[in-house]
Amino acid sequence: MKSEIQLTFENCKRENRPALLTYTVASDPNKKKSLQIINSIAKYADIIELGFPHSTPVGDGGQIQTSSNRAIKNGFKMRDTFQIANKFKKNYKNKPVILMGYYNMIYQYGENKFLKDCKKSGVSGIICVDLPWPENKDFAKKCKKKSINFIQLLAPTTTKDRMRKIIKDSHDMVYYISMLSTTGGKLKVSPKKILQNYNKIRKINPNKNVVIGFGITDKTISSLKSAQGLVCGSFLCKTITDSLRLRHNPAEKLGKVVYNLKKKIL
Amino acid sequence: MSLKIRKGIPLIDQHDKNGMWGGKFGGNFVPETLKKPIEDLENLFSKLRKDKSFIKERDYYFENYVGTPTPLIRLDNLTDHLGGAQLWAKVVSENPGTAHKVYACIVHCLIAKRAGKRYVCTDTGAGMQGKNLAMVAKKFGLKAKIFMGLRDLVRQKKNVDVMKKYGAEVVPVTSGSQTLVDAVSESMRYWVANCQDVHMVIGSTVGPSIFVKISGYSTSQISRELKVQLIEEFGKIPNKLKLLNCVGGGSSAYGFWSEFIDYDKKHVSLIGVEAGGSKKSKLHAAPLSNNSKLGVLHGAKAYCIQDNDGQIGETESLSSGLDYPSVSPLHCFLKDSGRAEYTSATDEEALNAYKLVSKLENISPSLEPSHAFATAISLAPKLSKDTILCIDSCGHSLKDSDIIKEKLGFYTE
Repeated sequence: MKSEIQLTFENCKRENRPALLTYTVASDPNKKKSLQIINSIAKYADIIELGFPHSTPVGDGGQIQTSSNRAIKNGFKMRDTFQIANKFKKNYKNKPVILMGYYNMIYQYGENKFLKDCKKSGVSGIICVDLPWPENKDFAKKCKKKSINFIQLLAPTTTKDRMRKIIKDSHDMVYYISMLSTTGGKLKVSPKKILQNYNKIRKINPNKNVVIGFGITDKTISSLKSAQGLVCGSFLCKTITDSLRLRHNPAEKLGKVVYNLKKKIL
Repeated sequence: MSLKIRKGIPLIDQHDKNGMWGGKFGGNFVPETLKKPIEDLENLFSKLRKDKSFIKERDYYFENYVGTPTPLIRLDNLTDHLGGAQLWAKVVSENPGTAHKVYACIVHCLIAKRAGKRYVCTDTGAGMQGKNLAMVAKKFGLKAKIFMGLRDLVRQKKNVDVMKKYGAEVVPVTSGSQTLVDAVSESMRYWVANCQDVHMVIGSTVGPSIFVKISGYSTSQISRELKVQLIEEFGKIPNKLKLLNCVGGGSSAYGFWSEFIDYDKKHVSLIGVEAGGSKKSKLHAAPLSNNSKLGVLHGAKAYCIQDNDGQIGETESLSSGLDYPSVSPLHCFLKDSGRAEYTSATDEEALNAYKLVSKLENISPSLEPSHAFATAISLAPKLSKDTILCIDSCGHSLKDSDIIKEKLGFYTE
C-alpha cells in the first residue's frame, strides 16, 4: 500500500506543481493555538511538519529557537505533539503529518513508544535532525516496519558516495538542505546552484520524492518551484512571532501567508 | 559496572566504529551538514597523530610556549594544618593561558593550519577556553570567534577583556540560560553554517567523538608530566596515590588521569569532583554524582541533567567552567567501569577551600579546581600519612577575583 506521503507527491505531480510543506512548532504559542494554526495552514499546504521543541536545538536559527522556547515556556510536553496531531487528523484525514525534532526527545520517550504513539495519532513520517545516517539505521528500520517514513536528510557537504548510500536506505521522501546554514538563514546560494545539486540527487534515484528546505520564504519560493517539494519553516515561525507582537490572530495570519506561498508555486 | 576498560590503549581510542565508548557513550549525533567536516577532521587527526613532524611541532610549543612541565609542589602548610594524608598540587595553571585549556588550543590550531582553515571558533564558560584560543590563534595567525553566554560574559569579564586584547571576536549568546551549554550550541550552529572555512574547537572532552578525542589527546600531556615528576620525587608511583580533579566537561580530569588509568584503583585512585551548586539550591551541575539519566547533548550520548521529556535541565554553579549539564563520555565510561569515582562540592565548600589554600599556600586556584581542593580537604584528615593526595590546580583565580571579593570580602592574588 502506498503511503499518504507518496500519494501526496503523486497528486502534486499530476497537478504539475511542487508539494508545499510547512513547519510549525507544536504548542507554539500554546497547545490550542498551534492546532488552530495547522488547521488553518492545511487548506493550502500539502504536508504538515509539526516540530516537537527542544531546549538546545543545534541545527536551528533564531526564529525556530524563539518558537521552541515559547512552546516550552508555555508548558509543552512531548505527549502534546501526539494529541495535536491526532486532533488535526480528525479534520484532515488524508493530509500527512510529519514530526520533526531532536533525538534526545525520542530517546527519552522511548523509540518504541514514540512509534506506537505516532501510529495511533496518524503520523506519517519523522525527521530527526541529529540522527544522521548511519546512526539512524536501526531506528529507520523500526519506522519502516511500522509503515512510518523516516526521512533522510542530505546536505551540500554530503559526498556523492554517501548520498547513494543514504538514498538507498531512504523511504518515500528525502530532504535536501539547500545551503550551509542553520534554519532560517538567508538564502546565500543561488537558486540555480541549489537546483543543480538537487537534480544530481534526483538522478541517483528518480523514484524518490526529494524536497528542498532552508532559506525558503515568500521571496525565494517561486525560484525553486521546479522541485518536487518545498519546505517553509522559519518564515512561518517568524510570522507567528510577529503576529503575537502585533496582537493579531496567528492562525488567521498564517493561513493567509501560506495561501500566498502556495499561489507563488502554482 | 559491567563495562571494561582495556589496558595498554589510551581511553580516547577505546571507542567503536560509531565513536561510542563502552557501546553506550559518545557518538556523533549531529546534523547531516556536519558529517563530512567531522569525517575530514577524523581522517586528518588520525594521520597527524602518526606524523613525526606534527608531534615535534606540538612538543615544541608545549615546551617553549606553555613551558612544560608545570610544577608539582608539596603543600606543606596545608598538610600540617589538616593532619593525615600528604597534599600535593600540580600547578597546571602556571602557563601563559593560566589554565589547562592551552594544550588543546595549541593542538587544534596546529590542526586548523594543516587543514588550511584560517578561522577558528569555540565556546567558553569561565572564559579560560576563550582566552586560550584567542591567545594561541593570534600566535598562529588565525582569526578567532568566541561564543560566550551573556551571564558568563558578565561574571568573567576579566577573561573577556583578555580575549579582546588578543584580537578575538567575542559573541554574546543570549539564548537559554546564557551559560556554557548555550555557548556550545551557538558555536556548533556557527560551524554548521561556516564549516568550509572554519575549524571548530570544543573547550572540553565533550561533543562529537572526534572532539572528545582531540581534547583528551591534548590534555594527556598533564599526566605524562605528572608521572615523571612523581617518580622523580618518590622513586616510583606512590603506593597510595589519589588523584583529585574537578569535572565540568572533564578535559582536565582526563588529562590528569590518562597515564594512570591502567593502574589498579587501590594503587592509584581517581576522584572527580563535580559542581554541587549552592548549598541552598536544588540545582547543580553534577550529572555523574547525582545519577542523571543518559541523554544526547551536543552530539554525544552521556549522563545529562534533563527532565523526563528530554529537555536539557538548568544548572547552577558559582564556577562558570563547571556549569555544564552533561559530561564527557570518557567520564561516563570511567564511572560505569568503576575505575573512577565521582562526588561533588558545593559553591560554599569551594569558596572555603579557596580561602584556606590561598591563605596557607603560595598558589591561588580558581573556583573550578577549588572544588577538587574542597574534597581533598575533607578527605585528608581521615587518611594515613603515607597517602598522597594530588590535586590538579588547573586554573588560576584571577578571573574569579570579582566573585571572590563579593563572596569573601577580599581578594589577594
